[in-house]
Order: sequence, then C-alpha cells, then structure tokens
Amino acid sequence: MSAAHGREITEQAQPQQPPLKELGLTEPVKTVEDKWQLLPYFLQVKGLVKQHIDSFNYFVDTDIKNIVKANNKITSDVDPRFWLKYIDINVGFPDRNEMETVEKKVTPHECRLRDTTYSAPIIVTIQYTRGKNIVQRNVNIGRLPIMLRSKKCVLTGKSESELARMSECPLDPGGYFVVKGTEKVILVQEQLSKNRIIVETDSVKGVVQASCTSSTHGGLKSKTYVATKKGRIYLRHNSIHEDVPIVVALKALGVQSDKEILLLTAGNTEAYKIAFSANLEDAAKLGVFTRQQALEYIGTRVKVNRRVVGPRRPAWEEALEALATIVLAHVPVSGLDLRPKAIFVATMTRRVLMAMDDESMVDDRDYVGNKRLELAGQLLALLFEDLFKTYNSNLKSAIDKVLKKPSRTTEFDAYNTMQFQGDHLTAGFVRAISTGNWSLKRFKMERAGVTHVLSRLSFISALGMMTRISSQFEKTRKVSGPRALQPSQWGVLCPSDTPEGEACGLVKNLALMTHITTDVEEEPIIQLAFMLGVEDIRLATGTEIYGSNTFVVNVNGTIIGLTRHPTRFVTQFRRLRRANKFSEFVSIYVNHHHRAVHIASDGGRICRPMIIVENGLPKVTSEHIQLLKEKKLVFNDFLRKGLVEYLDVNEENDTYIALYESDITLQTTHLEIEPFTLLGAVAGLIPYPHHNQSPRNTYQCAMGKQAIGAIGYNQFNRIDTLLYLSVYPQKPMVKTKTIELIGYDKLPAGQNATVAVMSYSGYDIEDALILNKASLDRGYGRCQVLRKNATLIRKYPNGTFDRLADAPIDENGVVQKRYDIIQSDGLAGVGERVDPGDIYVNKQSPTNASDNSFTGQAASVPYKNTPMTYKSPVAGHIDKVMITDTENEQTLIKVLIRQTRRPELGDKFSSRHGQKGVCGLIVNQEDMPFNDQGINPDTIMNPHGFPSRMTVGKMIELLAGKAGVLTGKLQYGTAFGGSKVKTALQYNP
Amino acid sequence: MAKDYDSRRLVHIGAERVSNVSSTDFPGHYPNEDHSWNLQKFKERLQVKIQRLSNRSIDFDLVGVDASIANAFRRILIAEVPTIAIERVYVWDNTSVIVDEVLSHRLGLIPLNIDPALMAFKSHTDDVATDRNTLVFNVDITCTRNPNPPPPKPNEEPSPSDLYLNHELLSKHLVWKPAGDQESVFEGLSPPGPTNPNIVLAKLRPGQAISMELHAVKGVGKDHAKFSPVATASYRLLPHIKITKPIPPPLGKKFQKCFSPGVIKIDPNTGEVSVDEENVRKDSVSREALRHPEFADSVELSRVRDFFLFNIETESAYPPERLFPEAVRVMREKISIIRNAAEALKAQLEGTTDVEMVEA
Repeated sequence: MSAAHGREITEQAQPQQPPLKELGLTEPVKTVEDKWQLLPYFLQVKGLVKQHIDSFNYFVDTDIKNIVKANNKITSDVDPRFWLKYIDINVGFPDRNEMETVEKKVTPHECRLRDTTYSAPIIVTIQYTRGKNIVQRNVNIGRLPIMLRSKKCVLTGKSESELARMSECPLDPGGYFVVKGTEKVILVQEQLSKNRIIVETDSVKGVVQASCTSSTHGGLKSKTYVATKKGRIYLRHNSIHEDVPIVVALKALGVQSDKEILLLTAGNTEAYKIAFSANLEDAAKLGVFTRQQALEYIGTRVKVNRRVVGPRRPAWEEALEALATIVLAHVPVSGLDLRPKAIFVATMTRRVLMAMDDESMVDDRDYVGNKRLELAGQLLALLFEDLFKTYNSNLKSAIDKVLKKPSRTTEFDAYNTMQFQGDHLTAGFVRAISTGNWSLKRFKMERAGVTHVLSRLSFISALGMMTRISSQFEKTRKVSGPRALQPSQWGVLCPSDTPEGEACGLVKNLALMTHITTDVEEEPIIQLAFMLGVEDIRLATGTEIYGSNTFVVNVNGTIIGLTRHPTRFVTQFRRLRRANKFSEFVSIYVNHHHRAVHIASDGGRICRPMIIVENGLPKVTSEHIQLLKEKKLVFNDFLRKGLVEYLDVNEENDTYIALYESDITLQTTHLEIEPFTLLGAVAGLIPYPHHNQSPRNTYQCAMGKQAIGAIGYNQFNRIDTLLYLSVYPQKPMVKTKTIELIGYDKLPAGQNATVAVMSYSGYDIEDALILNKASLDRGYGRCQVLRKNATLIRKYPNGTFDRLADAPIDENGVVQKRYDIIQSDGLAGVGERVDPGDIYVNKQSPTNASDNSFTGQAASVPYKNTPMTYKSPVAGHIDKVMITDTENEQTLIKVLIRQTRRPELGDKFSSRHGQKGVCGLIVNQEDMPFNDQGINPDTIMNPHGFPSRMTVGKMIELLAGKAGVLTGKLQYGTAFGGSKVKTALQYNP
Repeated sequence: MAKDYDSRRLVHIGAERVSNVSSTDFPGHYPNEDHSWNLQKFKERLQVKIQRLSNRSIDFDLVGVDASIANAFRRILIAEVPTIAIERVYVWDNTSVIVDEVLSHRLGLIPLNIDPALMAFKSHTDDVATDRNTLVFNVDITCTRNPNPPPPKPNEEPSPSDLYLNHELLSKHLVWKPAGDQESVFEGLSPPGPTNPNIVLAKLRPGQAISMELHAVKGVGKDHAKFSPVATASYRLLPHIKITKPIPPPLGKKFQKCFSPGVIKIDPNTGEVSVDEENVRKDSVSREALRHPEFADSVELSRVRDFFLFNIETESAYPPERLFPEAVRVMREKISIIRNAAEALKAQLEGTTDVEMVEA
C-alpha cells in the first residue's frame, strides 16, 4: 500500500521498548513490522460477508446431501414391491428457466432487471423400481435461489473486467439473493447455544433450573429442564404432562441404585448430598424403586401421539420411547443403552445443585460464548428439509394414488409422477425468502422478518446490512441484560454499531475480523480425544467423574469421557490443531468452574484469528510479512504453519492476549493482529473514533448508512425503486485503514468541505448549518434521485391484451402538451424532460379484460387509457427505458426517471462524528466570512455543537484534514492510531 | 526603529481579544477636532500601490479608506462585476455517462475569454437571443476506436488516449458560431472560447457522442457563481508589531519563531531583535508570541485599520489589473443611480411629480 501507510505504522512502533528486558534476554527483540498487513490478506480469504457465503456453500455441498440421506427412501403403502431411493443430490449453476432460450446462462444483474429469481436447478439422482427393473435417473425437483458470490454463483472467481461485462460491481460483497428482482439478505440470527446446559435462577421464585435445547439433524427440537420446585428437583419436558422427580427419571434411565444416583449427581460433596437426599426419599414415597416402576410412572404421564394403526402399547414402552428419542434427543443412544443420557441428566442435576449452593455457578445467558449465530445456510437447510419432506409425502401419495388403480395400460414409471409434482420446492424457497416468513410447523419454527431487502442507500448501508446480527429476544421486554455491551464481545462484535431506540443492543454487527464457523464432523474429534488418553465416560462411576483430579471432557456439550491431565490434554490437542491435523475451527478450552474440558466443533460459533506467541515471542515475524507482501505466502499458509490460529470466544478465556507487542510477557499466549479490528466495517469509517464520546460513534454508525454517494460501479446500469447518487463524490481527506480495506475510498459517500466553526446570523442555532451559495453553484452537495416506474403490458385470460399507443392528436391536429414526450412506440424518449402531469407510458387496456366470457377477436375490443403519469411536483428527466419479458411471459416496462437536486434549506448534512444538522440558511459568497488568505468556507458549523458532545475526534480530523490539504497528502485517522496531531501542527509551507 | 502609526489607526490584538475595532475618524467623536469629510484630506491620505502583478493575480495596497468602502469593492468584485458564461444548453445528443443536467452545469462553469464590455445584458431571462446579448458555441464529438493504435507495451494497461480517438470532451472542443455582426465585433481579438483549453468536461468511449448548442450570456456573480470574475477577492489589514522591551539575544531565535518567516530580523553581530518593516506584511498575526510569558509584555500586536492589503485572483477574461477599476466603475454606476433617485426625490419635494427610481 501507500507510503503513508508505512509511515503510520513506524510511528506506532516507536514507543515499543524491548519488552523482555527484565527477563534477562539479551538479544534485541525485533518487532513485527506491518503485522496489520495480515488483515487485507485475511479479508481476501474471509471477506466481510464470508460467513454468509461459507454457510451457503456448506449447505449446498454438504448439508443438503445429509438431509437427503436422512430422508432418502419412499415406499408405497399399496405396493410393497415399490421403492424409490435418492442416491445423490446436486445443485447446478444458475440458468434461465425458460424453455425456448438457447443461451441458458444468466447473470444476477439480468435477474434484478427482469424481476426474476437468480436460482439454480436442484437435481437428484434416483433409483426406483419400474416393473421388475431397477432404474436410475436424474430428476430436477425444483430450483434453489443462489447466493451471490457463493460457489454456485457465476460471479465467483471472476476478474474485474469479466464482472464489468456482467454489469456487476467488483466491490459488491455478495452474500445476498436475488428473488423476484429484489435483493434479499438473510440476516444472521443470534440464539442460545444448542445442546449445551445453561443454568439460570429466578431469584423471585427461588427457582434454579438447568435447561438444554436439543437439536439434531433431521430430529426434533426440544427443550429439557432440570429444575427445583419447593426444594425438590424435577425433570421437565414438553412431552411429559407433569414434572418427573429427578430420581424417578434417573431410575427410568437405568440408574437403579440410590447410591449410584447420589454419586452421579452429588458426588462426594457433603453439601450437595444433603441438598439432594430429599429427592431420594420422594422417590421412595412414590414407591418407585426399580427401573420398571419408574418407567410405569413416567409412562402414564407421557403425551402420546396416537397413531391410527397398531395396538395400544403398555405405558412403560411409551416411557422408554419418549426417553430414548424425545428427551435430550441430541445425546446418542445406541441400542437401548441410556447410560450416556443418564449421565447427562445427572450432570444437569449436579449443575443445579452447584447453583443452589453457590450463586456464582449460574451461567450468563448474554455471554457471547453461550451464543450461536444462525446463518443463511442453516436457515435454508431447515427450509429445505421441511419442503423436501412435504415433497416426498406428496410424491408418496401421488404414487399410491396411481398404484391403487387395479389395472394400468402402461407400466408405472415414478419418474413421470415426479415430473408432475409442480414447483413445491421452488415456490417454497421463493416465498420464504421474499416474505421473510420461516414458518416450519414440522420444526416448531415460526419466525417472521428473517429476510430484509438489501438497503442500497449507499455502499456502506449495503455492507453494513451484510454484517448485521439480529437477536431472537423480544424487543418489548424491559430487560437490560441482553442489550448491554458484553465484555466478551471484544473483537468479535462491534461495540459501536447498534441502532438507537427499540432494537438497541439487540441488533449487533460483526467486527472486521470475525468469522462464524460452520459444522465440523465431530466423530473424528471424539476418536482423537480418546487417542489422546481420554477415558470413556461409560466406564466411569460418580466417584471418578467428580474425583478431585479428574476433568470431564465434553464434545459439543455431550460428555464423552474423563481426563486426569486436562492441561496436557488441551496442549496436545491444540498442538495437533496448529499442525493442521484437523479443522482450525475446532476449539478447546478448560472450564475450571465446572472441572471440564470443552471441545466444540459445531457451527455458528464466533471466532477470530490471532497471532500465536510462544516463549514471549510472536511466531509471525517480519520475514513472514515480507513473504506475504511478495505474494509468496497467503493467509492460509499462516494457519497451516501454526503462526496464526482462530480462537472462539470460549477459548479466548484460556488465553493471555497481548494487545501490542510491547505488552508481551512470558505468560502471553497470543498477540492481537490489529486493535482497530475490534470495530466493525461501519464504525471503521469514523476517523479518530478513540477520541470521541462513545455514543457519538454509535450515532455515526446509524447515520453513515444514510450518506449519499456512489453505490457501486454498476450504479448507472441499475434500475432500483429509489436510488440516490452523489454527482461529485470524493474520497475522504482523512481516511482510515478500514476505509481502504472495504473499498470505501473507491465508492465514497460525501464530499470534503471547507468548514468554518463559528456562529453566524442566528440561523445556525440548534445544529443548523450555513451553506455558501457559491459552493452550491459550483456543485457542492449536488445529487441525483432515480426512481423506478414499472408496468406490465399484460395478456389477459380471455385473449385480450394491453397495448402501447402513440400520442393522440386533438381536433386541431396537435399533440397535447402532456403527451409531447411520447414517441411513436408509446414510450417517452430517453433524455426528455418530464413535467408534472406528463404521460411517459401511454398504455391502453381492453375494457373487458376481466370478462372471461368474451370470445371475440382480441384486436377488435374497445380500449381505455391506462397511462403512467408523472406525479412528482418537480420536473425530472427520463433516464432509462427498459422493455423485457418476465418469467411468465408478460411484457415488463421499466422507466427510470431522474431528478438532479441541489442542496436547499432543510437538507441534512453530517460529518463523520454523529454531528448532523440541517441547512438553516444559504448565504451569498460575498456575505460569507473570509480569512487572511481569502478562503471562504463551504459551510459554517455552530461551535456550540462541540462542548457537550465531546467529539474531539472531529477536531483532530479538521486539523489532519487541513494539514493534508496543505501538504497534498491524504491523512489517516485509523482507530487507536492514525496521523498524530503533532505532525499536523508541524506543517511548514 | 519600527514605523509608527497613529494609535487611533490601530486595531489592538491581545492574547484573547481584539480591541479598538471601530474607526473613530468621524465628526463629533473627539471634542474640538474636525473630522468632517474633506476631499482634500482624503486625497492626501488615499494611496493605492501595486505590490505584485502576475498573469492571474494582483496584490495591491489600498490605504486611507474606511473598511466599508474596501469591503464594498470586495463584494462588488465577487458578485457584481459582469462576465460571460454559458447559460443555456440545447442537447441534441448525449450518450456519455454524464447526464445532461450535470454536463450543462459543468459547461456553465467554464471561464470564457470574452470581454464583457462587448456584450449587452439580456434585460430579461426570457428575452430573445440576439447577436448583441448571446454568443453561440457548438459541441460535436464522437468517440471512436483508434484504427491504428500504437503497439501495446508489456506489463502496462494501454492508455485510453492510445486506444480511442476523442475519448475526452475538453473545453477546447467548444466551437464558436458567430452570428450577426459578431464576426466584426470580435475582429482582431482572440476568438471567443474558454480561457483554459484543457478542462475535461466528459469522458467518452467508442460509440458515445455529444452534440449540443451552447448559448453564453452576460451575467453577474450574485446570480450564479459561474459569472463571478474572481477566484479570490479579499483583503486583510496590515499587521503591525511593536517591540516595547528589548528581547534578550538568547531568546531571539525563539521570538523569531513566534512570527511568520522573515518578519523578525536578528542582527548577526549584536543579536539585536527588530521587526523587518519590509516584511511585516507577511506576518500571519498568529499571536504566538503572546502565549509565552517571557514575551507577553515585550511586544504589542496590532493591525492598521485603514491599510488594506488586497489580493485578487482573476478567473475570467479580465486581466487582474482591470478588475479593481471595473469594480470602481460598477460602484460609480450604483452611486449614479442613487444620485438620480435622490435628485428626483428632491425635485418631488419641490415640485409635485411622482418619485421614480431610475433604472441604470
């Protein structure tokens, strides 16, 4: 990058003293120069929207196959010899879904313009019986909307010129869908982790409860509680009417001996034993001693889904089935060995006992490590599973219907039945994404507002939307906990970027270096843990599990075994990860509170990369950075060589991270790559944010998205409902490294102005601004507004159709004023001025369009005028006229009308520090103040905006900006760094 | 020793405040002194001296007038000295990326080299264009591929100027179309056109074309900044520095650094610190010296209230030295209007006729 960059870093590096002097190391410590250079290379592989794209890729490549595998067979209730099996499923590349097209390839931009869906066919390979043969064929079962820049997208891996040919902006992040011509984003959803025990208390009711939401592939989602009620502990679950005393539950799970129950729950801790003993008595009072009695007890209380066929089963069988399949469904049960489940329940009970004894053992629901982020891929997977199951049951009933007929003329071919299944999947995907309603009854999911229209107000607003996280908490609840800034958000979620008001703190944004994991297969990880000396939990008794020097090993929340050497185990495990023996996104950490080692490989965890430090020295050296700059290394090489690793929020707790190299001590395990990455993309635009009062940065994050500027390199090819463009956008004089990384300097929003901070005329009180009329004359603040007007030239069911007519001539043989821009094709000419009331599409519709009894000649019907009239009070110009076909063969006409506007009284202006104001007065140049050099300001800002708001960063930006103008160099205002005030002041002409 | 000004002429500049701002030389302010306006006295005091003159700008001193007069000239220079600029654009064809309104705006801002004296104002915006009040230019440009581009250089993006012909619309592409007797009016002068031939107005690519007719008219800066003849027209007051107590030589360098370069001289032999009278006008009056306690009572900063250092930069057909006289001419016109009106008023008081403001 530029020379200015290098200089800035050396300035930062100067105050760094040799950090290990006191440790007696004699050789001078070299600092890693430009370690921030890792950042652009990180963003190359894991861009800002990479989490969306990664998760979509995972869905398309892996998850979709798993779902099909879990539902791969269709049989017939009528003909037992018939079966149909899905062998494989593949998603193709986006194409045009029209029969007669020769060129099938489609670009996202075409979909935007034509109001179609950017989607690709889903092809399944099926095997089925046809008569006595088994046939294998490929069938298209529907279309899947494709995420832009994902593996299946045509834009992926294309050069800038290739993208230009496809009318696509190289700076566009992708990660969204084009559905019916609108760009839709599936927001990241924040949830509590699945399959983990969370202990909560209700101090008012005096209730302590451990809960666990189970979620497995293809399985049900259910929540299991172990809770106290009047000093007793019960197991609660939706499928059981009544709370089950914990001892009864454990007995039903196969732990019959009271002694063993006590050991598994309370261990050898006297306090826990006392607290628990009453539960044992309760079970005895209920007369439950054996497993059979316990099962009978539960069996009478299980909610039974009555199946129509089959005899009624005994209660104990119902209980056994419920316990094996519904309660804590995520804990694996092999055969009918419920031992792991019993241990899980026992652990939950123990956590409750611990929390009853000690308040501090309660978990923090708001802790980021207890949260999982659900991305587009996961949501689509759920949707697909639901749609696919419905599809299969529809198919099955269709097949049954055919097979039911006693005699057929031709041999039954299921392939034909599949051809007539309609577009259930296609319609389902399109409906869900375009409405944002994910209502999947099968998974008890009812969510609205999952998708949003991608805001194209400015480049930043589009980018900001891609990093947004919405929380599942109710907005009306008056609790501050979930809204508060959590210390564990450090580095992964932006502390500044959150809306004000209703959704404050509930809608968050990702920080610059955050990555969200996708699922990693856990079976090999479990095997590896056993190989590293973990003892199988099934061989352990309570004494061992809660022994003084044993640690429980969990994989994704399920207990798999014990270790007596947790530190050694964790170190070895990490060493293997750094040696690239398994996925870099598997995390491991020790929880000393719970005496447990947790390994996590599930998706949705938030993590970020960090430089590994060993023996007080960072493993990344200047030589590595040099190789990186020479393009001999890429970011992934740093991971592969074990120089950098990803840490999730939980594992961060096990580390000692130095912010700067000078802070490294012998205990340090990691080094931050760059402190400014703790901010997100939007907050990264603020110059000197570390000098501002924090709410100002938050205001700026909301306001930066409204700035008018450039939207993308393809902005003149787009036909959006409403598009604001700046006529003369300028890159900021004081930029930040984030600005360069996200390309804001290439698509800026705003202009550099000469600002006088002084009071003037009184029309500037309460944040009003004064503007210089001459500046406006010269183009300052000029913008264009482009508005889309669309209409369909329809064909009606009765054979009639709309038509376009040329301008009518009145009795004097002249064209009326309001028709004067209509050309002979019935459309306004491009470039013509449209005055209020003018007609720009002279459409006519048949008067009997809805009359379905009409059978006459379509050409002979009477027509009425249904023109499109320009309604705005200000004249505009025709910017573009597009004529095309929609997917259902209707002619679509889009007319883009442009207005060019110059700032006027009441227009809002803002700096980058949450300092907004409206224009209160426009002053002639000769009335503006001037200084000794004869400089007139473009705008005057009232000085009263400073003292109470404390936006010192703005003052420094003013200084740095002026110094930059005088020296002819762009300045840096990067957070926790940037050009120094001192250098700005030392300017000497 | 420093040149001394009458203390009444000085605006005092303190560390935190500016005092003695208003002028006091009006009748009745000082008892027993005659300050009534007197042409003879005014003539004696008035000085105009050119300090620097270049192709584009002029620096001159205007001494002995009240700030209101100096400011009136400054304001007239910005807003009321007429120039010629493109006001109407008739677009026949524009397929460039720059839309019609923006391109028209850009064309309007081009400074033209036409002497406004040769043209008349349009008395009303909807007035018909005549050869007296309108100049017509044509723009006709089509971008094409260069049929024989130079061979591409290795490792280098070929430049648009090699690949295409007419890839930029520049101000020099404006073609004057004389109408009526304009040809004879402009005979002997450089043909009407932009002062700078290389202003980029639009970029073009093969297949794009621009074809327009432009009408330039006479106008003033208060209507639109494009008619303003100046880039800068401003003045400042002459700085005045008085060393009241000798600066000890060891502090000389530090004292010198408190002022703009060249303002304070130090005698190389004696180390005596003094103000360079020639260069005192260079000082920015930053008041830096007053921040240091060791200098605070050794120096008095002020500015001379009626000593205006004018700086005018032209951005029009006028050479810089013509701008100020042009402003004076506009001022006299305004005065004559007032005088006519005043005389009419006087006549009315004596007679019975209605008062009518006489148009210029």
